[in-house]
Amino acid sequence: MRVIMRIPEKKEFTFSGPKKVREILRELKMNPEATLVIKGNTLLTLDDVVEDGEEIEVRSAISGG
Amino acid sequence: MRLCKVCKAKAVIELPQHNTAFCREHFLAYFENQVRRAIQDFRMFTTEDRILVAVSGGKDSLVLWEVLLRLGYRADGLYIDLGIGDYSAASREKAEAFAAARGATLRIVSLKEQYDVTVPELARSLRRPACSGCGLAKRYLFNLEAEKGEYDVLATGHNLDDEAATLFGNVLHWNLEALRRQSPVLEAENGFRRKVKPLIRLTERETAAYAILTGIDYIVEECPHAVGARSHLYKELLNQLELHSPGAKRQFLLGFYERGRAAIEGATERPEVRPCKVCGQPTVAEVCSFCRMMQRVGVDEVRLMTAAGVE
Ligand code: SF4
Ligand SMILES: [Zn+2]
Ligand SMILES: [Zn+2]
Repeated sequence: MRVIMRIPEKKEFTFSGPKKVREILRELKMNPEATLVIKGNTLLTLDDVVEDGEEIEVRSAISGG
Repeated sequence: MRLCKVCKAKAVIELPQHNTAFCREHFLAYFENQVRRAIQDFRMFTTEDRILVAVSGGKDSLVLWEVLLRLGYRADGLYIDLGIGDYSAASREKAEAFAAARGATLRIVSLKEQYDVTVPELARSLRRPACSGCGLAKRYLFNLEAEKGEYDVLATGHNLDDEAATLFGNVLHWNLEALRRQSPVLEAENGFRRKVKPLIRLTERETAAYAILTGIDYIVEECPHAVGARSHLYKELLNQLELHSPGAKRQFLLGFYERGRAAIEGATERPEVRPCKVCGQPTVAEVCSFCRMMQRVGVDEVRLMTAAGVE
């Protein structure tokens, strides 16, 4: 699966699936309280499973300034 | 699989602070309800009032505008073009597209057009961080535009995380004057318009979720000057705390509004406010800090007066 991040900088990761969103966030060291996982035009919860060949975006919800 | 608390359909978001989860439809309903509650609890405004929303093109301000329109309020937007390179250009486009798609009114003020100076230029000539001049200019122009457009209320998209981080910083430094002023509603006084923050019951994550689930196209990239901001660190710390004790952020902030503020209210003196000698906007000094800053970078008095609509 492809995992895309746009902020703070553009990054891309590859994981092998199936994998729970909770696991993906843990490996990326992202705090679920400050993060959204986007698939298409909807959101995934921590228990959702992402399969091989799928693409998700992990987006930090925190902004500053 | 997590299920929606209301309809048992598959959930799209879990909210540990409420020990619950919602599907798209019920999350949107929950969200709008929280905004409605904040407006009512703090008596922010009514459907009669004309509201000016400060719109940056980011998620919070666009979501706020969207919800106010959905709830039937008379809300126009104000975009302040700060002249911060690509970031300003891109965020302005988002704000304009949002307004156009909804037939909503967006007022635009450009620092460059009105004062022939941009935020990066201000920072360079003043040798101060961009955010200090920028924040000052935004507050000033927001109030000025509201006055020109005769709006009753100014609304900003500050969310629970923004306010909790500010509170954390204010407590860390025991800045009593800032604590007194930190409120979901600042009443109109001495030439300042009434200011409100209808998103204070909602976290930044919830606001971002609302934007994504309603297809609001906001600017995801941050202002280049936001990098390393102190508020980021505070937000991270509070989110660590939240992870271990869900609801902590909410308690911290809402508890302050309910109990903490009243204790501070009487403990600080209110400075006397009068009109700025140059532009007529309210200030505690002879000349307001915006005019002083602008004069320091070479903007002349006539220009400041003209921009403020003073003869
Ligand atoms: S991050 Fe600083 S410079 Fe950028 S818009 Fe916010 S206050 Fe202005
Ligand atoms: Zn539901
Ligand atoms: Zn002035």
